[in-house]
Amino acid sequence: MAAVNSITEFGKVLIFLITGLLAVGFAFAVNKMIAPHHPNPEKNSSYECGEETTGNSWIQFNSRFYVIAIIFLLFDVEMIFVFPWATVFSDKALIAQDARWGWLAFTEMLIFIGILLLGLVYVWRKKDLDWIKPETLLPQVKTAIPIAAYQQLNQEKYIPFKNKIPVNQELKEELNPDSIVAKPKFTPRFKKA
Amino acid sequence: MSLEQQLENTGVVVTKLDDLMNWARLSSLWPLSFGLACCAIEMMGSMASNFDLDRFGVFPRPSPRQADVIIIAGTVTFKMAERIKRLYEQMPEPKYVISMGSCSNCGGPYWEHGYHVVKGVDRIIPVDIYVQGCPPRPEALIGGILELQKLVAKESLANI
Repeated sequence: MAAVNSITEFGKVLIFLITGLLAVGFAFAVNKMIAPHHPNPEKNSSYECGEETTGNSWIQFNSRFYVIAIIFLLFDVEMIFVFPWATVFSDKALIAQDARWGWLAFTEMLIFIGILLLGLVYVWRKKDLDWIKPETLLPQVKTAIPIAAYQQLNQEKYIPFKNKIPVNQELKEELNPDSIVAKPKFTPRFKKA
Repeated sequence: MSLEQQLENTGVVVTKLDDLMNWARLSSLWPLSFGLACCAIEMMGSMASNFDLDRFGVFPRPSPRQADVIIIAGTVTFKMAERIKRLYEQMPEPKYVISMGSCSNCGGPYWEHGYHVVKGVDRIIPVDIYVQGCPPRPEALIGGILELQKLVAKESLANI
């Protein structure tokens, strides 16, 4: 079987690579041939749950999210370790073999989580969890008018039509359109033939 | 003879490309996860474990790019009609429409006085299957999907 031996281990990898490329290429080619292709502007438009898109998609995130993301990642990765640990830790056969096994695994995980918690406390103390809020500056104006002046104004009660001037009766009649007798300025006359 | 029977009898299948494609398509009718009103609750019920639409290969997709079917489950208002039309347009061919329930079939209880309701979704997009009921039971929707599978089985590559 000299022919078989002539292929090295890397040669086998090469064969796998070539086969993979051919298979994927074949799938793409078949796809291209068979799939219906009817593009139109509406179909090519971006999908936003049926809504029409507005504005730019290049929105900017606050860089403070970076720290939050890093801290999140820390505990996200912790979960990846905790799940396989939990399956092994709960293995009854291993615990039955040696009772100390359970305690060993338990303390190991306590140390691991303890180190991560130490990191969280560090972040907490360094105030990276605090969201920096903008300081609001209340504008202050120096003025000679005392507060009491405003108080007097505020205590004033509103009386409706307080400043209303009573309408002159004569003037009212003059303005009344019914009292004015309209006189025709022009009377048409017909010439007698 | 169906493909499964041929496989069991001889282990070898000879078929037309059309039949193979249709078999693949009808075995995985992916609807757009899209609900409008109370019918959508029944649609969710039929996709959940009690009725398990997944056994027919029906699995809701979050994007119209991956969807084959749009199930219009509920009242189609004029405001929504525009969105439905756009979603339908954004689906790739071959695409199918199931009109589920009275509202989307013909306007339902709003057929006369509903100033805001489209009197049947077939006025804006072509409907393949109508499922009657107000709302239809999950069995009725499953029946509609089985009817759609029969429809897909008759498709041809030349027509798509």
